[in-house]
Amino acid sequence: MAETFTARIWVLGDDIDTDIVIPTEYLALKTVNDMRPYAFSPLRPELAAQIRPGDVIVAGSNFGCGSSREQAPEVIKALGVRCVIAGSFARIFFRNAINNGLLLIECPALRPDVADGDEVTVTVGKEIVCKGKTYPIASLSDNLLEIINAGGLVKAMRRRNGLD
Amino acid sequence: MGMTLAEKIIASAAGVDSVRPGDIHTVELDLLMSNDGTTHLTIDMYNKLAHPHIADVDKLVWIVDHNCPSDSPKTAASQKKMRDFAKTHGITFYEGKGVCHQLMMENHVRPGQLIFGADSHTCAYGALGAFGTGVGCTDYLYAMVTGHSWVLVPESLKFNLHGRLNPGVTARDLILTIIGQIGANGANYKAMEFGGEGLATLTMSDRIAVCNLCVEAGAKTAVMEADRVALDYLTARGRTPKAVFHSDPDAVYAQTYDIDLGSIVPVVAKPHFVDQVVPATECRGIPIDEAFLGSCNNGRMEDLRAGAALLRGRKVADAVRFLVVPASGEVYRQALTEGLLKIFMEAGAIVMNPNCSVCWGSCQGVIGEGETLISTGTRNFKGRAGHPGSFVYLASAETVTASAILGEIATADRLPPVEG
Repeated sequence: MAETFTARIWVLGDDIDTDIVIPTEYLALKTVNDMRPYAFSPLRPELAAQIRPGDVIVAGSNFGCGSSREQAPEVIKALGVRCVIAGSFARIFFRNAINNGLLLIECPALRPDVADGDEVTVTVGKEIVCKGKTYPIASLSDNLLEIINAGGLVKAMRRRNGLD
Repeated sequence: MGMTLAEKIIASAAGVDSVRPGDIHTVELDLLMSNDGTTHLTIDMYNKLAHPHIADVDKLVWIVDHNCPSDSPKTAASQKKMRDFAKTHGITFYEGKGVCHQLMMENHVRPGQLIFGADSHTCAYGALGAFGTGVGCTDYLYAMVTGHSWVLVPESLKFNLHGRLNPGVTARDLILTIIGQIGANGANYKAMEFGGEGLATLTMSDRIAVCNLCVEAGAKTAVMEADRVALDYLTARGRTPKAVFHSDPDAVYAQTYDIDLGSIVPVVAKPHFVDQVVPATECRGIPIDEAFLGSCNNGRMEDLRAGAALLRGRKVADAVRFLVVPASGEVYRQALTEGLLKIFMEAGAIVMNPNCSVCWGSCQGVIGEGETLISTGTRNFKGRAGHPGSFVYLASAETVTASAILGEIATADRLPPVEG
């Protein structure tokens, strides 16, 4: 049965690059948790402190473009973001997010209709409902969902190999 | 149905006769490059594996180039981790020898290979007819441990080049113009294939600059057929192709573009996206604080020669810091032999060791609030070169050097004649 959750959203624009998600100067910090306060800081320095576990980020096209730094999806996950809904994702970020167990949903129609603080109800692989309007979304393939649900590629492999 | 160049390389790596866009294939990787941007994360994950194992250590190349030499106790520690691991496991290791992609082109990449690099600009390897693509450290780890990974066969875009670039116009202007035309996600998930009779007019340095920047249009990879120019470069370095592939006449492309090289003009990408491309003349007069000539995109001999030719008999503007950073030790030594570094230094430039420098934005030449940099680096994202309130313009070696001399964004034709 498809998983459903309701969440508060934060809305960003097009072409959110990975230097915005986590600027280079903070990559030297020891852990991803240490990087959390600086997520999205070039664009919205206050945002990281506002995001609560379970919130959802909604953005435009080409989310995650730029550097292959895997700290980008990691820091979003460390903030407790439930999923990122965007018009489209840059390909390196897409793989990195799946490999770190961060759920990504493509839905170009949502962002123009929403603002910070709106609530979305997401049924994974089926639809998003926001302010009474329903937005159909594609289902992810089973093998990608297996990786996301396990919490990332390494954990999925451990599970598959009977180590967990 | 015929196959594109990218499809042929994937088919070869997957051990199948043919592939189509949208297929997912398990492929064997030929080379796995990783740098100090994320290798310490890969090692941390590797050390937690139940059965740590390297499939083929000879395929691994690790390079310290991003924060080089180290600039803080934190980067020193992560680089030590990388250095020690490489030594313990016998991994090919470079440190202080140059920017990773330049070192890969000089020493490792062969036509027909499928290469993963834990760095987005790995698509540069297409200049030698290889399929290079950037991955994160988890994908890297998986490939390092198993020797394999999966790839989704991308659709290909074909760029047919015609004619030749005019004097004073560079491959950098060409690829920036293309990115401006198709947009920052114009090639997302896709392969960009370059061909046409105009390709033969581009040097290896030009080709690396073109392929390297394709990720800024979102491309999964960029590829060019390994022709005489590429094979001569390879032979001169004592290497042979793995395979030389040609795209089929009936290959299917998602879109085909015809580019008249003679129509390209010097351009600048304005802050804060690589696709904000305008003719350089539109940015003339914007004051700059710093100029950067270097990076995996434009730190080669052709770039340094172009910069030095403009600087001969001229000076860097008093208010400008001009960083000149050869892309590799080989380039550095050649520039030394040709007397170029002397020209740069006498003109007031700061000549630095081969590394990613300000293009990576956390090591050398970081800029402060309100400052403006003109750069041959790869990106101009908000905060990429330092403070979020700073500004980065991207341009060719010629435009960057002319701007360094005049203290404002300028094209080389605006330079006053050298006296005497």
